[in-house]
Amino acid sequence: MIRIMHKILIKGNHAVVEGGIQAGCMAYYGYPITPQNEITAYMAKRMGEEGRVFIQSESEIAAINMVFGSSLTGARTMTSSSSPGISLKQEGISYMAGCELPGVIVNVQRGGPGLGNISGAQGDYFQSTRGGGHGDYRTIVLAPYSVQEMFDFTIKAFDLADKYRIPVILHTDGYLGQMYEPVLVKELKSDRKTKKDWILDGCKDRKPRMIRSLLMDEGELEEHNWKLNKLYDKIKMKEASCQTCFTEDAVVAIVSYGTSARICESAVNILRGKGIKACLIRPTTLWPFPEKTISTIAKKVKNFLVVEMSLGQMVEDVKLAVNGMSRVHFYGSPGGGIPETKVVVKKVKEIIK
Amino acid sequence: MREEVIIAGYGGQGILFMGSVLANSAMVEGLEVTFFPSYGAEMRGGTANGGVVISNKKIGSPIVTRPSSLIIMNELSMKRFYPMLKKKGTVIVNSSLVKEIPKSKEVKIIKIPATQFAEVLGNEKVANMIALGAYIKETGIFSLDSAIKSLHSLLIADKKVLVDINEKALKLGASDEY
Repeated sequence: MIRIMHKILIKGNHAVVEGGIQAGCMAYYGYPITPQNEITAYMAKRMGEEGRVFIQSESEIAAINMVFGSSLTGARTMTSSSSPGISLKQEGISYMAGCELPGVIVNVQRGGPGLGNISGAQGDYFQSTRGGGHGDYRTIVLAPYSVQEMFDFTIKAFDLADKYRIPVILHTDGYLGQMYEPVLVKELKSDRKTKKDWILDGCKDRKPRMIRSLLMDEGELEEHNWKLNKLYDKIKMKEASCQTCFTEDAVVAIVSYGTSARICESAVNILRGKGIKACLIRPTTLWPFPEKTISTIAKKVKNFLVVEMSLGQMVEDVKLAVNGMSRVHFYGSPGGGIPETKVVVKKVKEIIK
Repeated sequence: MREEVIIAGYGGQGILFMGSVLANSAMVEGLEVTFFPSYGAEMRGGTANGGVVISNKKIGSPIVTRPSSLIIMNELSMKRFYPMLKKKGTVIVNSSLVKEIPKSKEVKIIKIPATQFAEVLGNEKVANMIALGAYIKETGIFSLDSAIKSLHSLLIADKKVLVDINEKALKLGASDEY
Protein backbone atom coordinates (compact mmCIF):
# COMPACT_ATOMS: atom_id res chain seq x y z
CA MET A 1 0.00 0.00 0.00
CA ILE A 2 2.59 2.52 1.11
CA ARG A 3 5.01 3.56 -1.60
CA ILE A 4 7.32 6.24 -0.27
CA MET A 5 7.78 7.79 3.12
CA HIS A 6 9.60 10.97 3.96
CA LYS A 7 9.85 13.13 7.05
CA ILE A 8 9.08 16.81 6.66
CA LEU A 9 8.51 19.73 8.99
CA ILE A 10 5.04 21.12 8.33
CA LYS A 11 2.19 23.00 9.95
CA GLY A 12 -0.84 21.10 11.20
CA ASN A 13 -3.01 22.85 8.64
CA HIS A 14 -0.66 21.78 5.85
CA ALA A 15 -0.69 18.21 7.19
CA VAL A 16 -4.48 18.15 6.80
CA VAL A 17 -4.06 19.14 3.15
CA GLU A 18 -1.40 16.49 2.49
CA GLY A 19 -3.62 13.92 4.21
CA GLY A 20 -6.52 14.92 1.96
CA ILE A 21 -4.35 14.69 -1.13
CA GLN A 22 -3.09 11.22 -0.15
CA ALA A 23 -6.62 10.07 0.69
CA GLY A 24 -7.74 10.92 -2.83
CA CYS A 25 -9.84 13.97 -2.04
CA MET A 26 -11.03 15.07 -5.47
CA ALA A 27 -12.80 18.30 -4.52
CA TYR A 28 -12.16 20.88 -1.80
CA TYR A 29 -14.35 23.90 -1.05
CA GLY A 30 -13.54 26.53 1.55
CA TYR A 31 -13.90 30.08 2.75
CA PRO A 32 -11.14 31.85 4.71
CA ILE A 33 -11.10 32.14 8.50
CA THR A 34 -8.22 32.22 10.99
CA PRO A 35 -6.71 29.92 12.33
CA GLN A 36 -7.37 27.51 9.42
CA ASN A 37 -6.45 29.77 6.49
CA GLU A 38 -3.41 27.71 5.54
CA ILE A 39 -5.71 24.80 4.65
CA THR A 40 -7.60 26.82 2.05
CA ALA A 41 -4.48 28.58 0.76
CA TYR A 42 -2.39 25.40 0.49
CA MET A 43 -5.31 23.45 -1.00
CA ALA A 44 -5.51 26.06 -3.77
CA LYS A 45 -1.91 25.20 -4.67
CA ARG A 46 -1.97 21.42 -4.15
CA MET A 47 -5.33 20.65 -5.76
CA GLY A 48 -4.21 22.63 -8.81
CA GLU A 49 -0.99 20.65 -8.99
CA GLU A 50 -2.93 17.39 -8.81
CA GLY A 51 -5.51 18.51 -11.37
CA ARG A 52 -8.35 18.24 -8.88
CA VAL A 53 -11.15 20.64 -7.94
CA PHE A 54 -10.53 23.65 -5.69
CA ILE A 55 -13.10 26.37 -5.19
CA GLN A 56 -12.93 29.29 -2.80
CA SER A 57 -16.64 29.59 -2.23
CA GLU A 58 -18.62 32.75 -1.56
CA SER A 59 -19.48 31.59 1.94
CA GLU A 60 -19.19 28.69 4.38
CA ILE A 61 -22.76 27.68 3.59
CA ALA A 62 -21.95 27.51 -0.10
CA ALA A 63 -18.87 25.41 0.63
CA ILE A 64 -20.72 22.72 2.58
CA ASN A 65 -23.43 22.56 -0.09
CA MET A 66 -20.74 22.10 -2.75
CA VAL A 67 -19.41 19.23 -0.62
CA PHE A 68 -22.97 17.85 -0.57
CA GLY A 69 -23.16 18.02 -4.36
CA SER A 70 -19.74 16.46 -4.98
CA SER A 71 -20.45 13.68 -2.52
CA LEU A 72 -23.61 12.76 -4.49
CA THR A 73 -21.40 12.02 -7.48
CA GLY A 74 -19.22 9.67 -5.44
CA ALA A 75 -16.16 11.93 -5.20
CA ARG A 76 -14.12 12.12 -2.03
CA THR A 77 -14.67 15.69 -0.89
CA MET A 78 -13.97 18.01 2.01
CA THR A 79 -14.34 21.47 3.47
CA SER A 80 -12.68 23.20 6.40
CA SER A 81 -13.32 26.17 8.63
CA SER A 82 -13.01 27.36 12.20
CA SER A 83 -15.70 27.52 14.88
CA PRO A 84 -17.97 30.39 13.67
CA GLY A 85 -17.73 29.06 10.12
CA ILE A 86 -18.52 25.52 11.26
CA SER A 87 -21.70 26.82 12.89
CA LEU A 88 -22.74 28.11 9.48
CA LYS A 89 -22.18 24.69 7.92
CA GLN A 90 -24.47 22.83 10.34
CA GLU A 91 -27.54 22.94 8.10
CA GLY A 92 -25.57 21.32 5.29
CA ILE A 93 -24.10 18.70 7.61
CA SER A 94 -27.59 17.78 8.83
CA TYR A 95 -28.76 17.38 5.20
CA MET A 96 -25.70 15.21 4.47
CA ALA A 97 -26.47 13.06 7.51
CA GLY A 98 -30.09 12.74 6.36
CA CYS A 99 -29.00 11.74 2.85
CA GLU A 100 -26.24 9.47 4.20
CA LEU A 101 -23.55 11.32 2.30
CA PRO A 102 -19.88 10.85 3.14
CA GLY A 103 -17.69 13.93 3.43
CA VAL A 104 -14.95 15.36 5.62
CA ILE A 105 -15.43 18.58 7.60
CA VAL A 106 -12.36 20.00 9.34
CA ASN A 107 -12.91 22.26 12.34
CA VAL A 108 -9.75 24.10 13.44
CA GLN A 109 -11.42 25.43 16.57
CA ARG A 110 -10.92 28.93 17.92
CA GLY A 111 -12.22 30.62 21.06
CA GLY A 112 -15.94 31.34 21.33
CA PRO A 113 -18.85 31.94 21.69
CA GLY A 114 -19.59 34.37 18.87
CA LEU A 115 -16.56 35.55 16.94
CA GLY A 116 -14.51 34.89 20.09
CA ASN A 117 -10.81 35.11 19.30
CA ILE A 118 -8.36 33.40 16.97
CA SER A 119 -6.55 31.27 19.52
CA GLY A 120 -6.98 27.50 19.79
CA ALA A 121 -9.86 26.18 21.93
CA GLN A 122 -12.04 23.12 22.52
CA GLY A 123 -15.39 24.80 22.98
CA ASP A 124 -17.11 23.03 20.06
CA TYR A 125 -17.14 19.55 21.62
CA PHE A 126 -20.91 19.58 22.12
CA GLN A 127 -21.48 20.85 18.59
CA SER A 128 -19.27 18.14 17.07
CA THR A 129 -20.45 15.19 19.15
CA ARG A 130 -24.16 15.93 19.45
CA GLY A 131 -24.86 16.22 15.76
CA GLY A 132 -24.52 19.99 15.65
CA GLY A 133 -27.35 20.71 13.26
CA HIS A 134 -31.05 19.90 13.57
CA GLY A 135 -32.56 16.44 13.65
CA ASP A 136 -31.71 13.05 15.02
CA TYR A 137 -28.23 12.28 13.72
CA ARG A 138 -24.59 11.70 14.57
CA THR A 139 -21.30 12.31 12.84
CA ILE A 140 -18.03 10.49 13.46
CA VAL A 141 -15.62 12.85 15.27
CA LEU A 142 -11.85 12.34 15.20
CA ALA A 143 -9.51 14.19 17.58
CA PRO A 144 -5.82 14.40 16.56
CA TYR A 145 -3.23 15.61 19.07
CA SER A 146 -0.11 16.06 16.91
CA VAL A 147 0.72 17.27 13.44
CA GLN A 148 1.38 13.63 12.50
CA GLU A 149 -2.16 12.75 13.54
CA MET A 150 -3.52 15.73 11.61
CA PHE A 151 -2.15 13.92 8.56
CA ASP A 152 -3.09 10.36 9.57
CA PHE A 153 -6.58 11.17 10.86
CA THR A 154 -7.50 13.14 7.73
CA ILE A 155 -6.88 9.98 5.72
CA LYS A 156 -8.81 7.95 8.29
CA ALA A 157 -11.68 10.46 8.12
CA PHE A 158 -12.11 9.86 4.39
CA ASP A 159 -11.99 6.08 4.83
CA LEU A 160 -14.58 6.10 7.63
CA ALA A 161 -16.85 8.53 5.77
CA ASP A 162 -17.00 6.21 2.76
CA LYS A 163 -17.22 3.03 4.82
CA TYR A 164 -20.32 4.17 6.71
CA ARG A 165 -21.75 6.83 4.34
CA ILE A 166 -21.54 9.46 7.04
CA PRO A 167 -20.05 12.96 7.45
CA VAL A 168 -16.85 12.86 9.51
CA ILE A 169 -15.61 15.81 11.57
CA LEU A 170 -11.88 16.31 12.11
CA HIS A 171 -12.11 18.06 15.48
CA THR A 172 -8.90 20.01 15.95
CA ASP A 173 -7.84 23.48 17.13
CA GLY A 174 -5.78 26.57 16.38
CA TYR A 175 -2.72 25.29 18.27
CA LEU A 176 -2.53 22.10 16.22
CA GLY A 177 -3.35 23.98 13.03
CA GLN A 178 -0.62 26.57 13.49
CA MET A 179 2.23 24.53 14.97
CA TYR A 180 4.99 22.89 12.98
CA GLU A 181 6.17 19.37 13.77
CA PRO A 182 8.01 16.66 11.88
CA VAL A 183 5.59 14.45 9.96
CA LEU A 184 6.18 11.14 8.29
CA VAL A 185 4.33 11.59 5.01
CA LYS A 186 3.23 8.31 3.54
CA GLU A 187 2.47 8.43 -0.14
CA LEU A 188 -0.42 6.09 -0.73
CA LYS A 189 -1.82 4.66 -3.88
CA SER A 190 -4.76 6.76 -4.94
CA ASP A 191 -7.13 3.77 -5.36
CA ARG A 192 -8.49 4.14 -1.86
CA LYS A 193 -12.02 4.36 -3.21
CA THR A 194 -14.83 2.37 -1.70
CA LYS A 195 -17.24 0.91 -4.26
CA LYS A 196 -20.32 3.10 -4.19
CA ASP A 197 -23.56 1.65 -5.55
CA TRP A 198 -25.69 4.59 -4.54
CA ILE A 199 -24.18 7.60 -6.33
CA LEU A 200 -25.87 9.80 -8.92
CA ASP A 201 -23.72 9.43 -12.00
CA GLY A 202 -26.27 9.18 -14.82
CA CYS A 203 -28.75 6.30 -15.07
CA LYS A 204 -28.03 4.98 -18.54
CA ASP A 205 -28.65 1.20 -18.50
CA ARG A 206 -29.81 1.19 -14.90
CA LYS A 207 -32.79 2.28 -12.81
CA PRO A 208 -32.79 5.92 -11.69
CA ARG A 209 -31.74 6.56 -8.10
CA MET A 210 -33.01 9.21 -5.75
CA ILE A 211 -31.25 10.71 -2.74
CA ARG A 212 -33.19 13.09 -0.47
CA SER A 213 -33.69 14.00 3.15
CA LEU A 214 -37.37 14.97 2.79
CA LEU A 215 -39.31 11.83 3.71
CA MET A 216 -42.98 12.75 3.94
CA ASP A 217 -44.80 9.43 3.52
CA GLU A 218 -46.51 7.82 6.48
CA GLY A 219 -43.81 6.23 8.67
CA GLU A 220 -41.11 6.79 6.05
CA LEU A 221 -38.94 9.08 8.18
CA GLU A 222 -39.33 6.93 11.29
CA GLU A 223 -38.11 3.94 9.32
CA HIS A 224 -35.17 6.02 8.04
CA ASN A 225 -34.33 7.14 11.58
CA TRP A 226 -34.26 3.53 12.80
CA LYS A 227 -32.05 2.59 9.88
CA LEU A 228 -29.64 5.40 10.81
CA ASN A 229 -29.76 4.26 14.42
CA LYS A 230 -28.64 0.80 13.37
CA LEU A 231 -25.71 2.36 11.55
CA TYR A 232 -24.82 4.46 14.59
CA ASP A 233 -24.92 1.37 16.83
CA LYS A 234 -22.58 -0.43 14.46
CA ILE A 235 -20.15 2.53 14.46
CA LYS A 236 -20.29 2.70 18.27
CA MET A 237 -19.38 -0.98 18.47
CA LYS A 238 -16.55 -0.87 15.97
CA GLU A 239 -14.95 2.55 15.87
CA ALA A 240 -14.71 3.94 19.42
CA SER A 241 -11.02 4.39 20.12
CA CYS A 242 -8.63 5.89 22.62
CA GLN A 243 -5.01 5.75 23.65
CA THR A 244 -4.12 4.89 27.22
CA CYS A 245 -0.89 4.79 29.17
CA PHE A 246 0.03 3.63 32.70
CA THR A 247 -3.49 2.33 33.43
CA GLU A 248 -2.37 -0.96 35.09
CA ASP A 249 -1.64 0.41 38.56
CA ALA A 250 -3.17 3.88 38.38
CA VAL A 251 -4.93 5.58 41.28
CA VAL A 252 -5.95 8.62 39.26
CA ALA A 253 -6.91 8.83 35.60
CA ILE A 254 -6.61 11.97 33.50
CA VAL A 255 -8.96 12.12 30.52
CA SER A 256 -8.09 14.64 27.83
CA TYR A 257 -8.02 14.91 24.02
CA GLY A 258 -6.29 17.00 21.37
CA THR A 259 -3.95 19.81 22.40
CA SER A 260 -4.84 19.56 26.10
CA ALA A 261 -3.92 15.84 26.03
CA ARG A 262 -0.36 16.83 25.09
CA ILE A 263 -0.11 18.85 28.28
CA CYS A 264 -1.68 16.02 30.30
CA GLU A 265 0.78 13.53 28.82
CA SER A 266 3.65 15.70 30.10
CA ALA A 267 1.88 15.99 33.46
CA VAL A 268 1.47 12.21 33.77
CA ASN A 269 5.19 11.72 33.09
CA ILE A 270 6.10 14.28 35.77
CA LEU A 271 3.68 12.66 38.24
CA ARG A 272 5.10 9.19 37.53
CA GLY A 273 8.58 10.62 38.13
CA LYS A 274 7.40 11.70 41.59
CA GLY A 275 5.98 8.24 42.27
CA ILE A 276 2.35 9.32 41.85
CA LYS A 277 0.39 6.68 39.98
CA ALA A 278 -1.44 8.69 37.36
CA CYS A 279 -2.57 7.44 33.95
CA LEU A 280 -3.79 9.07 30.78
CA ILE A 281 -6.85 8.20 28.74
CA ARG A 282 -6.87 10.06 25.44
CA PRO A 283 -10.00 9.61 23.30
CA THR A 284 -9.06 9.71 19.61
CA THR A 285 -12.70 9.39 18.57
CA LEU A 286 -15.03 11.78 20.43
CA TRP A 287 -18.05 10.20 18.79
CA PRO A 288 -18.27 7.32 19.21
CA PHE A 289 -16.93 8.01 22.70
CA PRO A 290 -14.67 5.29 24.15
CA GLU A 291 -17.10 4.72 27.03
CA LYS A 292 -16.30 1.03 27.47
CA THR A 293 -12.60 1.68 28.10
CA ILE A 294 -13.41 4.43 30.58
CA SER A 295 -16.05 2.34 32.29
CA THR A 296 -13.62 -0.58 32.69
CA ILE A 297 -10.93 1.68 34.14
CA ALA A 298 -13.49 3.30 36.48
CA LYS A 299 -14.00 -0.10 38.14
CA LYS A 300 -10.56 0.19 39.76
CA VAL A 301 -9.49 3.83 39.47
CA LYS A 302 -11.50 5.89 41.93
CA ASN A 303 -10.58 9.41 40.80
CA PHE A 304 -10.82 10.93 37.34
CA LEU A 305 -9.62 14.35 36.23
CA VAL A 306 -10.96 15.67 32.93
CA VAL A 307 -8.89 18.44 31.33
CA GLU A 308 -10.30 20.49 28.47
CA MET A 309 -9.75 23.86 26.83
CA SER A 310 -13.36 24.78 27.61
CA LEU A 311 -15.66 25.21 30.60
CA GLY A 312 -16.32 21.47 30.60
CA GLN A 313 -18.01 19.53 27.83
CA MET A 314 -16.37 16.11 27.41
CA VAL A 315 -16.55 15.84 31.20
CA GLU A 316 -20.26 15.04 30.76
CA ASP A 317 -19.43 12.03 28.56
CA VAL A 318 -16.83 10.89 31.07
CA LYS A 319 -19.45 11.12 33.85
CA LEU A 320 -21.88 9.06 31.76
CA ALA A 321 -19.21 6.41 31.17
CA VAL A 322 -18.02 6.37 34.79
CA ASN A 323 -21.68 6.15 35.85
CA GLY A 324 -21.11 6.97 39.49
CA MET A 325 -18.39 4.35 40.04
CA SER A 326 -15.68 6.99 40.64
CA ARG A 327 -15.36 10.68 41.37
CA VAL A 328 -14.98 12.89 38.29
CA HIS A 329 -13.11 16.19 38.68
CA PHE A 330 -12.64 18.88 36.09
CA TYR A 331 -10.05 21.44 35.11
CA GLY A 332 -10.64 23.75 32.16
CA SER A 333 -8.93 26.65 30.43
CA PRO A 334 -11.51 28.45 28.24
CA GLY A 335 -11.15 31.44 25.94
CA GLY A 336 -8.17 30.26 23.90
CA GLY A 337 -5.81 29.51 26.80
CA ILE A 338 -3.69 26.41 26.97
CA PRO A 339 -3.54 24.57 30.31
CA GLU A 340 -0.18 24.63 32.09
CA THR A 341 1.51 21.33 32.89
CA LYS A 342 2.34 22.35 36.46
CA VAL A 343 -1.28 23.30 37.13
CA VAL A 344 -2.47 19.87 35.97
CA VAL A 345 0.16 18.26 38.21
CA LYS A 346 -1.03 20.37 41.15
CA LYS A 347 -4.67 19.45 40.47
CA VAL A 348 -3.85 15.75 40.55
CA LYS A 349 -1.97 16.14 43.84
CA GLU A 350 -4.95 17.92 45.38
CA ILE A 351 -7.30 15.18 44.24
CA ILE A 352 -5.36 12.28 45.74
CA LYS A 353 -4.49 14.09 48.98
CA MET B 1 17.67 17.85 27.26
CA ARG B 2 15.14 20.59 26.68
CA GLU B 3 15.68 23.88 24.90
CA GLU B 4 12.99 26.52 24.55
CA VAL B 5 13.78 29.42 22.25
CA ILE B 6 11.84 32.56 21.42
CA ILE B 7 12.81 34.31 18.22
CA ALA B 8 11.46 37.79 17.74
CA GLY B 9 11.73 40.86 15.56
CA TYR B 10 9.57 42.80 13.16
CA GLY B 11 7.65 41.46 10.18
CA GLY B 12 9.95 41.25 7.16
CA GLN B 13 13.06 40.23 9.11
CA GLY B 14 12.52 36.58 8.30
CA ILE B 15 11.59 35.58 11.83
CA LEU B 16 9.35 32.75 10.70
CA PHE B 17 11.95 31.50 8.26
CA MET B 18 14.51 31.50 11.06
CA GLY B 19 12.10 29.43 13.14
CA SER B 20 11.62 26.97 10.29
CA VAL B 21 15.37 26.51 9.79
CA LEU B 22 15.91 26.13 13.53
CA ALA B 23 13.13 23.55 13.90
CA ASN B 24 14.08 21.73 10.72
CA SER B 25 17.69 21.42 11.88
CA ALA B 26 16.55 19.80 15.12
CA MET B 27 14.45 17.38 13.08
CA VAL B 28 17.45 16.56 10.88
CA GLU B 29 19.33 15.56 14.04
CA GLY B 30 16.51 13.25 15.09
CA LEU B 31 15.31 15.40 17.99
CA GLU B 32 11.69 16.07 18.94
CA VAL B 33 10.68 19.59 17.96
CA THR B 34 7.72 21.94 17.75
CA PHE B 35 7.65 25.41 16.24
CA PHE B 36 4.73 27.65 17.10
CA PRO B 37 4.73 30.95 15.23
CA SER B 38 2.63 33.79 16.58
CA TYR B 39 -0.32 34.44 14.35
CA GLY B 40 -2.94 37.11 14.19
CA ALA B 41 -2.99 40.48 12.51
CA GLU B 42 0.67 40.20 11.46
CA MET B 43 2.04 42.39 8.68
CA ARG B 44 5.31 43.79 7.41
CA GLY B 45 6.68 46.20 9.99
CA GLY B 46 4.55 44.73 12.78
CA THR B 47 5.91 42.35 15.39
CA ALA B 48 6.71 38.77 14.53
CA ASN B 49 7.76 36.06 16.92
CA GLY B 50 7.65 32.35 17.46
CA GLY B 51 8.60 29.68 19.95
CA VAL B 52 10.66 26.59 19.23
CA VAL B 53 10.84 23.69 21.68
CA ILE B 54 13.58 21.11 21.16
CA SER B 55 13.83 18.00 23.30
CA ASN B 56 14.95 14.40 23.32
CA LYS B 57 11.57 13.54 24.87
CA LYS B 58 8.04 13.95 23.54
CA ILE B 59 6.92 17.61 23.69
CA GLY B 60 3.67 18.60 25.39
CA SER B 61 2.86 22.27 25.11
CA PRO B 62 4.31 24.05 22.06
CA ILE B 63 3.92 27.41 23.85
CA VAL B 64 7.12 28.89 25.29
CA THR B 65 6.57 30.90 28.46
CA ARG B 66 10.02 30.56 30.12
CA PRO B 67 12.58 30.52 27.29
CA SER B 68 16.08 29.19 27.85
CA SER B 69 17.28 31.22 24.85
CA LEU B 70 16.23 34.31 22.95
CA ILE B 71 17.14 35.49 19.48
CA ILE B 72 16.24 39.16 19.44
CA MET B 73 16.27 41.08 16.19
CA ASN B 74 14.84 44.47 17.20
CA GLU B 75 14.48 46.84 20.16
CA LEU B 76 10.80 46.23 20.88
CA SER B 77 11.31 42.47 21.14
CA MET B 78 14.10 42.96 23.68
CA LYS B 79 11.74 44.85 25.98
CA ARG B 80 9.00 42.29 25.57
CA PHE B 81 10.84 38.99 25.88
CA TYR B 82 13.96 39.68 27.98
CA PRO B 83 11.99 39.59 31.27
CA MET B 84 10.76 36.07 30.42
CA LEU B 85 14.26 34.59 30.07
CA LYS B 86 15.34 31.83 32.45
CA LYS B 87 18.33 32.32 34.75
CA LYS B 88 21.55 31.25 33.01
CA GLY B 89 19.77 31.68 29.70
CA THR B 90 21.34 32.91 26.49
CA VAL B 91 20.38 35.96 24.43
CA ILE B 92 21.55 36.47 20.87
CA VAL B 93 20.95 40.13 20.12
CA ASN B 94 21.10 41.99 16.85
CA SER B 95 23.18 44.91 18.10
CA SER B 96 22.73 46.79 14.81
CA LEU B 97 19.15 47.55 15.79
CA VAL B 98 19.01 46.97 19.54
CA LYS B 99 20.69 49.80 21.40
CA GLU B 100 19.44 49.28 24.93
CA ILE B 101 21.08 46.04 25.96
CA PRO B 102 20.70 45.11 29.62
CA LYS B 103 23.72 44.06 31.65
CA SER B 104 23.35 40.94 33.72
CA LYS B 105 25.58 38.38 35.35
CA GLU B 106 22.81 35.81 35.39
CA VAL B 107 22.39 35.50 31.64
CA LYS B 108 24.75 35.22 28.70
CA ILE B 109 24.35 38.09 26.24
CA ILE B 110 25.88 37.67 22.78
CA LYS B 111 25.91 40.85 20.72
CA ILE B 112 26.21 40.55 16.99
CA PRO B 113 25.66 43.37 14.46
CA ALA B 114 23.62 41.06 12.27
CA THR B 115 21.98 43.69 10.06
CA GLN B 116 25.32 45.40 9.32
CA PHE B 117 26.99 42.07 8.57
CA ALA B 118 24.11 41.17 6.28
CA GLU B 119 24.53 44.45 4.41
CA VAL B 120 28.17 43.60 3.87
CA LEU B 121 27.09 40.26 2.41
CA GLY B 122 24.83 42.19 0.07
CA ASN B 123 21.35 41.46 1.45
CA GLU B 124 19.98 42.96 4.63
CA LYS B 125 17.43 40.16 4.84
CA VAL B 126 19.97 37.49 5.78
CA ALA B 127 20.52 39.11 9.19
CA ASN B 128 18.29 36.33 10.49
CA MET B 129 20.74 33.61 9.37
CA ILE B 130 23.67 35.51 10.88
CA ALA B 131 21.86 35.57 14.22
CA LEU B 132 20.96 31.89 13.85
CA GLY B 133 24.60 31.06 13.10
CA ALA B 134 25.60 32.81 16.31
CA TYR B 135 22.92 30.87 18.19
CA ILE B 136 24.21 27.55 16.87
CA LYS B 137 27.78 28.46 17.83
CA GLU B 138 26.77 29.52 21.36
CA THR B 139 24.42 26.67 22.23
CA GLY B 140 25.82 23.83 20.14
CA ILE B 141 22.36 22.32 20.20
CA PHE B 142 22.79 21.06 16.66
CA SER B 143 25.49 21.27 14.03
CA LEU B 144 25.93 23.99 11.44
CA ASP B 145 25.80 21.20 8.91
CA SER B 146 22.20 20.34 9.85
CA ALA B 147 21.23 23.99 9.45
CA ILE B 148 22.81 24.11 5.99
CA LYS B 149 20.98 20.90 5.07
CA SER B 150 17.75 22.57 6.22
CA LEU B 151 18.41 25.58 3.98
CA HIS B 152 18.67 23.23 1.04
CA SER B 153 15.40 21.50 1.84
CA LEU B 154 13.46 24.70 2.67
CA LEU B 155 14.67 26.97 -0.12
CA ILE B 156 13.37 25.20 -3.20
CA ALA B 157 11.98 26.08 -6.64
CA ASP B 158 12.22 29.84 -7.25
CA LYS B 159 13.85 30.33 -3.83
CA LYS B 160 16.76 28.03 -4.63
CA VAL B 161 18.91 30.96 -5.72
CA LEU B 162 18.86 32.22 -2.13
CA VAL B 163 20.58 29.15 -0.67
CA ASP B 164 24.04 30.52 -1.32
CA ILE B 165 23.78 33.84 0.47
CA ASN B 166 21.85 32.29 3.38
CA GLU B 167 24.55 29.66 3.78
CA LYS B 168 27.24 32.35 3.79
CA ALA B 169 25.29 34.26 6.44
CA LEU B 170 24.91 31.18 8.65
CA LYS B 171 28.64 30.48 8.42
CA LEU B 172 29.54 34.09 9.15
CA GLY B 173 27.30 34.10 12.24
CA ALA B 174 28.87 30.88 13.47
CA SER B 175 32.44 32.04 12.83
CA ASP B 176 34.84 33.78 15.20
CA GLU B 177 34.98 36.91 13.10
CA TYR B 178 33.23 39.18 15.56
